[in-house]
Amino acid sequence: MYAPAIVAEAFLNGLLTGSVYALIALGLTLVYGVLHIINFAHGALLTGAMFAVWAAHAGLGLDPYLAIPLLTPLFFALGYALQRFVIGPASHGSESNILLVTLGLAIIIENALLATFRSDTRTLATDYGFQSVEFGPLILSKPRLIGFAAAVLVTILLWLVLAHSDTGKAIRAVAKEKLGARLVGIDVGHVYAVTFGLGCACLAIAACLLMPTFYVNPRVGNAFVLVAFTIVVLGGMSSVPGALLGALFVGVVESLSGLYFGDSLGQLGIFLIFILVLLVRPTGLFGAKA
Amino acid sequence: MTARDLLPIAVAVALTALVPLFVTTNTVLNFLVLVLIVALAAQGWNILGGFGGQFSFGHAAFFGTGAYATAILQTRFGVNAWAGFALGVAAGALAGWIIGYLSFRSGLRGSYFALVTLAFAEVFRILANAAEVTGGAAGMLIKLDMRPANFQFASRAVFFWVALALVAAALVLTRGIECSRFGARLVAIRENEEAAQALGVDTLRTKLAAITLSAGVTAASGCLYAQYFLFVDAQIAYGTWISVEALLAPIIGGAGTAFGPLIGALSLHALGEIAKLFAGRVPGIDLALFGCLLVAAVAFAPEGILGLARRTRPRLKPAAG
Repeated sequence: MYAPAIVAEAFLNGLLTGSVYALIALGLTLVYGVLHIINFAHGALLTGAMFAVWAAHAGLGLDPYLAIPLLTPLFFALGYALQRFVIGPASHGSESNILLVTLGLAIIIENALLATFRSDTRTLATDYGFQSVEFGPLILSKPRLIGFAAAVLVTILLWLVLAHSDTGKAIRAVAKEKLGARLVGIDVGHVYAVTFGLGCACLAIAACLLMPTFYVNPRVGNAFVLVAFTIVVLGGMSSVPGALLGALFVGVVESLSGLYFGDSLGQLGIFLIFILVLLVRPTGLFGAKA
Repeated sequence: MTARDLLPIAVAVALTALVPLFVTTNTVLNFLVLVLIVALAAQGWNILGGFGGQFSFGHAAFFGTGAYATAILQTRFGVNAWAGFALGVAAGALAGWIIGYLSFRSGLRGSYFALVTLAFAEVFRILANAAEVTGGAAGMLIKLDMRPANFQFASRAVFFWVALALVAAALVLTRGIECSRFGARLVAIRENEEAAQALGVDTLRTKLAAITLSAGVTAASGCLYAQYFLFVDAQIAYGTWISVEALLAPIIGGAGTAFGPLIGALSLHALGEIAKLFAGRVPGIDLALFGCLLVAAVAFAPEGILGLARRTRPRLKPAAG
């Protein structure tokens, strides 16, 4: 058995990881909730965002945190354009087509990154990358604490936008009843694209928060994408608070099973949870009854 | 199924079988064998995905089970390679039945089915990468002993013919499904599962039969891969590459048709080689191109190359696919 301090630290580290997972899963949840599609390109888009952070740092000398205001609108626009001009028109409204189109996009993005940056793993060097904060016996990484705070903040902001702004209301209207929303004059195609854009904007923020302590290579998104799917399924597919709770839960499970069983088998725990939830309770732990 | 239904298959296979008589360079034969291996995996996917409309994103689970089963049986238990091949196919089919039973029983379909198959393939990959019997991350070598009794051939042409024979068997199987009541039930499920059920189709049984057959054929492709390269590791056997290839080839060639997977696999790989010729040694360029083709096919040619050919030449009888 491990000392309580180590277990507590693993637990807290799991929460910190989980908060960034939440941000990644939020985009997926939003897109699923509104468009009712599973976006297989999500992981590849995250990889793209991480490379963008890396390139902004290597090329322009831009700090990852300062890149947030630059990359967030950029990825919003990218997501908007992808849904409006590629995914929407190409899939002719059928679910299996959307699956295939987003899979195709994932393959394109991942391999275009591979062709451009090659398969080397890259990291960012910042002054604060290895700084830590002490709480009594616990030592936690400072950039990851910042990531936690920022991720929670963004989640709350997004939730407020969905609950109170006109755009948010339109998004929720389309999610609930597409035809009815169209009848009251909501431009459904535009709302779809905005939703997809918001999902990508969340990814850009997640990438900025991840990069100070993480690495990037063209396949890094794959590690996140199944985790994000697990969270989304756990959280009940289209619920924002569900995604946050699911993400924190998965972060803790991963951290603790990594501590007890080693890293590679720690991931196994996540996939098994994923399969079990899908088989036993596809509406998720926090989702409404179907 | 009549002789008429089998005629196009017989002609196509007979003509393809002549290729090694004219082409003797190892590069080309290598390329063709790889195309046949991918085509066989895709033919498996096509039974479940093309006819049944159940899109699996994790056919690597069956490919890898076939590859590992035949490799483990030979190296650890001294089983004869041909028997290992048969058992590998059986193991893959069993894996298909189990995964199918679990997911279809829970009513998973569409995106959920795609996700759960993907997750199963990943679980298998992680387990194979960690377990001792599979050689862990180092993978497994099958002992080199070039004798036909060992399913190893000194000549690549012979291996090409063996692979072609398996692809031909899968073509006949697919055509048989196409002409049978089972095939009609499967297509009914693809078009509208509720309506099929209302008409009295036992959807669970039909889908289970489809995934078992599908997994068996893809497992045969995995066994073939293991015998050809005499090496298996988790990244190859259970990697996403084969899940993607097994799905791409039928979609590009024409899903739900007998020849679709074969035509898709051949055109994709031919295009990949051409791209490599032009772009030089840039990694990932062929796959990026495949991705573009997938998006374009869904957007503009939902019935694949065969569908396009039919549309531009209406005088061909539609039943020929």
